[in-house]
Amino acid sequence: MSALYQRDVYGNTLVELGKQNSNVVVFDADLSGSTRTSVFAKQFPERFFNFGVAEQNMMASAAGMASCGKKVFVSTFAIFASGRAWDQVRNTVSYNNCDVKIVATHAGITVGPDGSSHQAIEDIALMRVISNMNIIVPCDGPQTREAIIACSKINGPFYVRLGRPKFTTIENKPEFQFGKAQVLRQGDDITIIACGVMVYEAIVAAELLSGKGINARVLNMHTIRPIDQDAVISAAKETKGIVVCEEHATVGGLASAVDEVVAENHPVKVLRLGIKNRYGQSGEPQDLLKEYNLTSFDIEKAVFSIVK
Amino acid sequence: MPFDDKTIKDLELQAKEIRRLIVQMIAKAGSGHPGGSLSSADMVTALFFHVLNNRPKEPHYPDRDRFHLSKGHCCPLLYAVLAKRGFFPEDKLFTLRQLGSMLQGHPDKRTPGVEVASGSLGQGLSVALGMSLAGRLDKKDYRVYVLLGDGETQEGNIWEAAMACAHYKVDNLCAILDYNGLQIDGRTCEIMNLEPLADKWQAFGWNVINIDGHNMRQILEAYEKAKGFKGKPSIIIGRTVKGKGVSFMENSCDFHGRAPTKEETTQALEELK
Repeated sequence: MSALYQRDVYGNTLVELGKQNSNVVVFDADLSGSTRTSVFAKQFPERFFNFGVAEQNMMASAAGMASCGKKVFVSTFAIFASGRAWDQVRNTVSYNNCDVKIVATHAGITVGPDGSSHQAIEDIALMRVISNMNIIVPCDGPQTREAIIACSKINGPFYVRLGRPKFTTIENKPEFQFGKAQVLRQGDDITIIACGVMVYEAIVAAELLSGKGINARVLNMHTIRPIDQDAVISAAKETKGIVVCEEHATVGGLASAVDEVVAENHPVKVLRLGIKNRYGQSGEPQDLLKEYNLTSFDIEKAVFSIVK
Repeated sequence: MPFDDKTIKDLELQAKEIRRLIVQMIAKAGSGHPGGSLSSADMVTALFFHVLNNRPKEPHYPDRDRFHLSKGHCCPLLYAVLAKRGFFPEDKLFTLRQLGSMLQGHPDKRTPGVEVASGSLGQGLSVALGMSLAGRLDKKDYRVYVLLGDGETQEGNIWEAAMACAHYKVDNLCAILDYNGLQIDGRTCEIMNLEPLADKWQAFGWNVINIDGHNMRQILEAYEKAKGFKGKPSIIIGRTVKGKGVSFMENSCDFHGRAPTKEETTQALEELK
């Protein structure tokens, strides 16, 4: 099983885009080594701007630059990209429908030992309420490249959420299409919907369940906004319930997006596996997933509580 | 840098006409921000009628000079100059703040001539910085102007941007600071003191030009000086009077954000003849 850093893939993909399109410009806020925008900076120093530790200025400047026809990739840690500069993102980037791609790294509790102040578990919620904003949460390295290329081809604001540790590559995925969930596994008993690092856990859980006679459908909901309504409605109609897994608060993120579609179209039981009214804390990524009940075993348990 | 008397006189008359429109628009709308619109009127009139290189019939003309209104609440001023310059018909001015109008209560992109929406204070200098850097990347000669309010410079984002503008030496950028000394809750020196304001900008690495923001000759000279200065961004700090031109609005916090009554409007227009 191979595993890649999403941010390594991001840095390399930026270089790829930079070669193709001279309007691609990259901003960072003193974290270019961590976010890997440094790879782009090395190749295209004239098109890379470091804003120092000043995320609000970076976001509003990105809007100004986009208004002059540039495609601006803005990177920093997810906690700062979403929280510190929310007003700038809402009022200046997104209200103007600017061609600004916020690629936020170090999202979720798998940031690890840095602890709660650096673990964004509210960022999807913060971005999801902003009109015009598109959100992609890639599940692994190869999907990160697909997401960056896809968002570069669509004019408008994007929030792309990446993690810090290596993500196991998910094999045999269907073709990546923005706004369309990927069916990673067919099944009629239950549906597991996941994004990001939780997609791998969902697949492992589905294998465990299969050994116990339960056929779980697994959806990789890489696009959170706009959400794939059809895939959610089919899951609600064709299976006995839905378990949503995300490395994010249970409020406002993927689970809430799924809940909205289910409640309006075909109410079924939805269980939300995420971080429930808690902050993160220091620890190794795998230990944190255990502590916050986000492992394949937790998914299996949740499924059993619906199927019995 | 001599400017002939006729140019000065014409701009002064134009500014008076702009002031009349500001009062009329806000009176018709029943709400809006006359105080800061009137205090900035001379500096912005000079900019739009003498300095900016733009094409009203072609608002997206790529080589145009950019203007960004950071203190978005003063949009009646911006709308008035845009209409007078021919970006859109003047009668549209009297739809300000109405449902479905192209003239929103704070600027957005539905108005021809508005580059980027504003209204949430403190972000405009950053927007202008982005435009300046884009111009430099594209090897264009256009200049970027941004109007800041004094109260607005209490926002941290302004100082992040001030630092970055100096760091990137954007000498194609000129900030204009409308220093009328009043904000909603009172005098800036009492609410949150800005002084020594010029020293702060200087310390941040800016070319600072202090003027009387109602003296048309000084205003024109300041724009010329800013244009000629290389290696640093320039800021014109214009000392102004909030509500300038209407006696009962002058130096009044009350008129930061309220419309004049019918009687007040009549009197204001009489004074602006």
